[in-house]
Amino acid sequence: MTDSPPNYSAGVKHHGSDMFEGYPVDTADTAGDQTVTNYTINFGPQHPAAHGVLRMVMELDGEIIERVDPHVGLLHRGTEKLIEYKTYLQALPYFDRLDYCSPLGMEHSYVLAIEKLLDLEVPARAQYLRVLFAELTRICNHMLNIGSHVMDVGAMTPNLWIFELREDCLNFFERASGARMHSAYFRPGGVHQDVPEKLLVDIGEWCDKRLPELFGDAMSLVIDNRIFKQRNVDIATVSKEDALAWGFSGPMIRGSGIAWDLRKSQPYDAYAKMDFDIPVGTRGDCYDRFMVRVEEVYQSAKIIKQCLRDMPTGPIASLDRKVVPPKRGEMKQSMESLIHHFKLYTEGFHVPAGEVYVATESPKGEFGVYLVSDGSNKPYRCKIRPTAFSHLQAMDMMSKGHMLADTTAIIGAIDVVFGECDR
Amino acid sequence: MGHPAPLVAPQPSLAAALKKLVGTDLLSHDFAADEDSITVDRDAIAGVMIALRDNLEYQQMMEIAGVDYPERPERFEVVYHLLSVTKNHRLRVRVTTDEATPVPTIVPVWPNAGWLEREVFDMYGVLFAGNPDLRRILTDYGFQGHPQRKDFPLTGYTELRYSEEDKRVVYEPVKLAQDFRNFDFLSPWEGADYVLPGDEKAGGTGEAPGKGAPTPMTAKEVKASDDKAKAPPPPTPKTTDKPEQTGAGAKANIKAAKTSRDGASAKGSTKPAKTPATTKAEKAPAKPRAPRKPKGGDA
Repeated sequence: MTDSPPNYSAGVKHHGSDMFEGYPVDTADTAGDQTVTNYTINFGPQHPAAHGVLRMVMELDGEIIERVDPHVGLLHRGTEKLIEYKTYLQALPYFDRLDYCSPLGMEHSYVLAIEKLLDLEVPARAQYLRVLFAELTRICNHMLNIGSHVMDVGAMTPNLWIFELREDCLNFFERASGARMHSAYFRPGGVHQDVPEKLLVDIGEWCDKRLPELFGDAMSLVIDNRIFKQRNVDIATVSKEDALAWGFSGPMIRGSGIAWDLRKSQPYDAYAKMDFDIPVGTRGDCYDRFMVRVEEVYQSAKIIKQCLRDMPTGPIASLDRKVVPPKRGEMKQSMESLIHHFKLYTEGFHVPAGEVYVATESPKGEFGVYLVSDGSNKPYRCKIRPTAFSHLQAMDMMSKGHMLADTTAIIGAIDVVFGECDR
Repeated sequence: MGHPAPLVAPQPSLAAALKKLVGTDLLSHDFAADEDSITVDRDAIAGVMIALRDNLEYQQMMEIAGVDYPERPERFEVVYHLLSVTKNHRLRVRVTTDEATPVPTIVPVWPNAGWLEREVFDMYGVLFAGNPDLRRILTDYGFQGHPQRKDFPLTGYTELRYSEEDKRVVYEPVKLAQDFRNFDFLSPWEGADYVLPGDEKAGGTGEAPGKGAPTPMTAKEVKASDDKAKAPPPPTPKTTDKPEQTGAGAKANIKAAKTSRDGASAKGSTKPAKTPATTKAEKAPAKPRAPRKPKGGDA
C-alpha cells in the first residue's frame, strides 16, 4: 500500500486507508512498552498439523504454552446412535470409518465383541487371516503416522517414501476384500472371503524385501538426525504414573516404559501362538513414542511371516449357519442356503442378552467396544472407546511449558485420528 | 468357551475382596461372559474408586459409558471400565441415576475421567457433581438435547446448510424429503411386540393387540366370518343416474324407459337390476337408510 509502514498511532490519515475509518486507533506510544500479556490463539480446526479437525484454544505466554483446551467433536457423526438402528452386520462398516487409517483394527474389536456374546467359535484359518490383516493394518497405520510425524517436524522425504509402503498395504487390502480402505473384511464368525494364494505369497515377499529396505532407508534419514532429535527428545515427557492415571494405552504407554500390550497380556484370535517382542521407551518423550512405532513395524512384519508360515487350510468363517450367511454361489444352488441368506441379510442374527467390553490392541492403543445386547437383532448400546480421547485429553498436561512449535510434534506422537476420536 | 475374544483369567478371590473392601456400598456383583461387574451406591462412587485403585490395583480407568433404559425408575446407567495392568484384569463398575440426580465426579481419582464424564453429560444429560469443566464435548456449539437418549430421534431436530442469501451457515428444523424408515425385520411369529400395519382393524379376530400377526383362520372361521360380513347387505345408495330411474314409482319408471332415446338397450340392462328388493325400497321412500332385509334372489 505504502512504501513505509503506516503509522496509525499518530492518527495520520493515509491515502487508501479508508478501511480503518471508524475503528478506534490506539494513540498511545507502544514503542518500548514492555507489558506483555498472555494471549489466546486458535490452533486449527483447519491446520495441516492438526491431523484432521482439531481445534485447540491455546493460551500462550510469548511462545510458551500456558494452557491448551482441545475442542473435539467437529467430526462427530453419531456413529453410536446409528449403530443402535442397524443390525449387527450392518453396523460393521461404521467401524471402518472410525479410524480410517487403520480400518481393520477397528473392526477387530467389534467382531470379537459379537463373538464373545454369541460364544461363537472361529476356525483357525480365519483367526490367522485376521491376525495377518490386523498386523498389516498396523504397518499401514504406522506408515501414515510416522510419515506425517516427521513431516510435521520438518522432514519431507521419508514421508514420500513410506507412503509407497502404505500404498502397497492398501493394494493388499484391495486384493483380499475388494476395497482399499473401508474393507469390511472381518465379519462376525470369521472373515468375509478367503484370500488368493498369490496374495499370501506377495505379502510374504513384501515383508522380506520391500518393507525392510524402503522403511529402513527412510528411517535411516530420521532416527539419528540431529534436527529430528532436537524436535522430539525430551518433548512432552510422561512418567509411568501419569501414563497410568491418564488412561494411556498402545505406543503411548509403551513409550513411557510400561510393557503393556493387549496382544500379549490378553491374547485374542491367534496372537497366543505368535512370537514377538514389545518395544518400550525409556524416557517417555515424543522420540520414544516414535521409536516404539518404528520397532512395532518390524515386529508386525515378524508376526505376518509367522501367520503365513503357520496358517492352516480350512474354512474361513464359522460354520454356524445361523450367524454366517452362505456364499452367493451356494445360495443359488440350495433352497436351505437361500433361506439363510435372505434371513441373515434382512433380519440378521439375534445376539443373546448381555454385555461385554472387548478391547484389542489397535495400532493407536486400546480400542474397546462395550456392547450391550437386549437379545434382539440390533445392539441396544454400542459404546466405542476411542484411543485418542485419553491421549488428547492429556494434551494440556503434556504441552504445558513447551513451545508453540512443539505442539505439532506432540500431536504427531499421539497419533490422533478424528474419525475415531469424535465418532 | 471357544470364542476368540481377549482372554482374561478369572479372579476367584475378587468377590470376597470386593465384599470386604466396598462393604455395604456394593449393591451387587455378577460374573457373566467372563467379565466381572459390580453395581455400587451412587453417592459412594468416588470413595469406591479410590479403594479399587489403591487396594485392588486397578490402576487405569479406560472408559465411562452411559446407557439409557427409559423404562427403569433411574433410567441411566453410568458404566466405568477399570483395568489392572498388574493383575491383568478388568472390572466393570456401575451406578444408576436419573435426569436430575448428579453422580459424584471421579476426576480427582483419574484425571482422564474429565472428558469421559463430559461425554456422558453431553450424550445423556447425566450430571456429574464436582466435575470442574462440565461442558458439551462432541456435539455442536449451542446444541440442545441429549442425542443418545432413547427418546431422541435418530434424525435429530435441526439441520444446517450454507445459505447463499445470508452468506452464512443457517440452522433449520429438519425437513426430510423422505420419511425416516426403520425397517423391522423381526419375525412376527417370534414374538415381535408390535401390530402389523392393517392388523389394528382386525380387532375382532380374538387376537389380543401386541401379539403380532393373527394366526391363519380355519376354514370354518373363514366361512363364519364371511357369513357375518354378508348378513347386512350394504345399503344401496339411491341414485338416479339412468333416465328410467325416476324415483317416482314403477309406473313412472316404465314410462320414462319408453321415452328414453336408447330405450331398447336401457330396457335390457335395467331388467335384471330391477329386483324385488329395490322396487320395494323405492315404494317406501320415507325410510331410505334403514337396513334392508335380504330377500331371496338377492345376490
